[in-house]
Amino acid sequence: MSADKILGQPEAAVPFAEPAIELKGISKAFGPVQANKDISIRVMPGTIHGIIGENGAGKSTLMSILYGFYKADKGEIFISGKKTDIPDSQAAIAAGIGMVFQHFKLVENFTVLENIILGAEDGWKLKPSLAKARRSLVELAEDYGLNVDPDALIQDIGVGMQQRVEILKALYRQADILILDEPTGVLTPAEADQLFLILGRLRSEGKTIILITHKLREIMETTDTVSVMRRGEMTATVKTSETSPAELAELMVGRKVLLRVDKEPSAPGDVILDVKGLRVIDDKGVERLRGIDLQVRAGEILGIAGVAGNGQSELLEVLGGYEDGTGEVTVNGQNLDLTGKYSDGKSRRARGIAHVPEDRQREGLIMDFHAWENTAFGYHDDPGYRSGVLMNNNAIREDTTEKMARFDVRPPDPKLEAKNFSGGNQQKIVLAREIERNPDLLLIGQPTRGVDIGAIEFIHQQIVALRDQGKAILLVSVELEEILALSDRIAVMFDGRVMGERTPADTNEKELGLLMAGITDTDVPHSVAEIEANLAHVTGDASKEV
Amino acid sequence: MDVMPKWAEVILVPLISLLLAAILSALVILGIGEDPVAAVKLMVTGALGSTYGWGYTLYYATNFIFTGLAVSIAFHARLFNIGGEGQAMLGGLGVAIACLYIPWPHWSMALVGAAVMAGLFGAVWAAIPAWLQAKRGSHIVITTIMFNFIAAALLNYVLVNLMRPKGSMDPATARFPEAVNLPTLHDILAPFGIAFSKSAPANVSFLVAIAACFVLWVLIWRTRLGYEIRAYGHSESAAKYAGISPFKIIMITMIISGALAGMMAINNVMGEAERLVLNSTEGAGFIGIAVALMGRSHPLGVFISAILFGFLYQGGAELALWTTIPRELIVVIQALVILFTGALDNMVRMPLERIFLALRKRNAKAAEGSK
Repeated sequence: MSADKILGQPEAAVPFAEPAIELKGISKAFGPVQANKDISIRVMPGTIHGIIGENGAGKSTLMSILYGFYKADKGEIFISGKKTDIPDSQAAIAAGIGMVFQHFKLVENFTVLENIILGAEDGWKLKPSLAKARRSLVELAEDYGLNVDPDALIQDIGVGMQQRVEILKALYRQADILILDEPTGVLTPAEADQLFLILGRLRSEGKTIILITHKLREIMETTDTVSVMRRGEMTATVKTSETSPAELAELMVGRKVLLRVDKEPSAPGDVILDVKGLRVIDDKGVERLRGIDLQVRAGEILGIAGVAGNGQSELLEVLGGYEDGTGEVTVNGQNLDLTGKYSDGKSRRARGIAHVPEDRQREGLIMDFHAWENTAFGYHDDPGYRSGVLMNNNAIREDTTEKMARFDVRPPDPKLEAKNFSGGNQQKIVLAREIERNPDLLLIGQPTRGVDIGAIEFIHQQIVALRDQGKAILLVSVELEEILALSDRIAVMFDGRVMGERTPADTNEKELGLLMAGITDTDVPHSVAEIEANLAHVTGDASKEV
Repeated sequence: MDVMPKWAEVILVPLISLLLAAILSALVILGIGEDPVAAVKLMVTGALGSTYGWGYTLYYATNFIFTGLAVSIAFHARLFNIGGEGQAMLGGLGVAIACLYIPWPHWSMALVGAAVMAGLFGAVWAAIPAWLQAKRGSHIVITTIMFNFIAAALLNYVLVNLMRPKGSMDPATARFPEAVNLPTLHDILAPFGIAFSKSAPANVSFLVAIAACFVLWVLIWRTRLGYEIRAYGHSESAAKYAGISPFKIIMITMIISGALAGMMAINNVMGEAERLVLNSTEGAGFIGIAVALMGRSHPLGVFISAILFGFLYQGGAELALWTTIPRELIVVIQALVILFTGALDNMVRMPLERIFLALRKRNAKAAEGSK
């Protein structure tokens, strides 16, 4: 290795140091799919390196190889300059690699301390291990500002805290390299900011951090260097300070991307959806919606912002007809049955309500069904899909071919099973099905979750086009950027209530973030410390009821 | 993208599985000191070498078609109906009541009446566990198994205390009147000049079974009900979203399933025994599970695998009759067939997929090279 190459990386904490991680020519194929193709990266110690790419670009595969879940077909891994084999996660931990997964791997009814020693106990007696962990937890808290209550149960602490526990778990196992996979997906903006503060502190203590994300903003704000992946290949590695979001987006997608949604001001008409005092109590007796009031007019998009799990899902489910609720809901001035015989998806569709559910793989689609079978899903009683008592499969297939063409579903093959389409194309199938029914009201949840940037643009255009046709749209998303870009009005939900309504013009992410954390206009906190205390308090409260 | 062409998926995989099962069975026969080649010959001639053999093979197959279809339709809704045995027993009771207490003028009417009664009794017997599952969440595997035992006890009681003719020592009903005796394949084929064994039990129910295969195929793949059943089976959460009622699907599917299992009784009770005896089902309800597994819950697959199991049953009986190979060995062979076609499916599938993938790659390269 020549010296000038290393000098080309000025953010290295120690000049002439070996890279903390170096991957050389990593390739991995799953059957015919080449998930990683000849990937090489070098990450210097004491830096934050971002890996960005669309869904299915191969980011997770690459990290799974680094963490020993998969074995690379080809290529070498060097940790601190030493060639290292990582056949399993034990070896990864031994090499000083810690991983924080998108979905936490914590035992809900264990305490923080018990979770931290899980799998890293010394000997068969628990007590000494727990005592040792308690001591090192104090040290870690001092070193990195990672404060948690060691005796709190995981189920009682908020999501942000749970994530800290995951980070502590890795640090307790002496990790020098931390990999975080989409760490902010479940956090409020304030919690995300706290996370980035912690990451900054970890970096200044010499830890190396790899941040996997699809959010450009996070990359720009936190990383030193960034690698872009597209279709299994590493298309570029650049210094963050020398790039721009637009350039990164283009590298990710392979073409220029519109990062903003072009839309005219809305022209709201009559009230289509009117919700008054809507309550939902779930199977466990927990009140998920505590009296929701909102209205959506024809020709407008009402965006519901909020951290996942604050009642947005229940709102969509009860309006979509598969969750019981109480209260008064009218659509086009007529009452909606919330519990009885006409409270199901079929009846809702008959009333002109279309629903793109939050989770397309669990609800919106049947993954083993062909695209054409999915196009009829929910509308399989349609007279146009029938011939006598039988289903007219040919008519459905023809209809699907047309819809696929209009929504640019790729590949345009109605006989392909839903699971063989990419996330974005799956979502287009659902959207085509629901939008083309010409509904009066469209319920749409997480329209672009797990959807690649190119498709996001298209999906947003379709939603706005539907609005411009004078339809009412209720949009639920945990992506604040999406809410701000699409909505004509924004309602923020927290803990089963609407905390306030804003218009995108007179609000910002910060204000919405406070509302999402349950801090209303009336009790404006006075100091940052107070906000944080409030934040810990409310998130703790909310998760207790889960 | 499917890695394998459809013909390989549907024909090659089961065929190789069967071959493996056959090889292992041959080794077992060799192990107990018998000649596997002779044994296979004996099985083939015994089951397929004469119209008598065919008559028995098809008779068994008819039973297995009904129970196999019953398990299949339930599989499509992701319900595991292990209660085919009990439902078939109850179906027998329905047939016996229809045949003994109603004076039928002609066998064809009796067949329709008995089939309806058999289906009804089987359906009711399946509807109870279905209701328990749909409303109370009691697991249908457990309840249907238990209902097999209850059915056996019930049948025992009814035969001993209620339906046994006075003075008879045998826990069985009286013989059905001659008017309801079903024509055998011998009777059916004679007008066409085909001489079919007179003593073999295969009867007109075989044709009913074939019709049932077709009707079920239409139901599953061509009707809205079938669509809803499959949708529910693949994803309950998606079914709820679409407005498909889980309660309705569970009830209807299990009623159809129970009715099919019950209808087996027109073959074994009405067609063969011509009276209801204890243990008339002879485990066909359980074989139905294997048949459905091997037939991939597709009516055509069920038909083919039912014939195969019919062959194994009849061939096995011949083996036991003419050699010192114990009858139990046939259970071993059946178990191996189930093991390889059902449980070890991936053992054959994965290497095959790899072969096809390699072939495709090579073809692609060859195509490139020729350009």
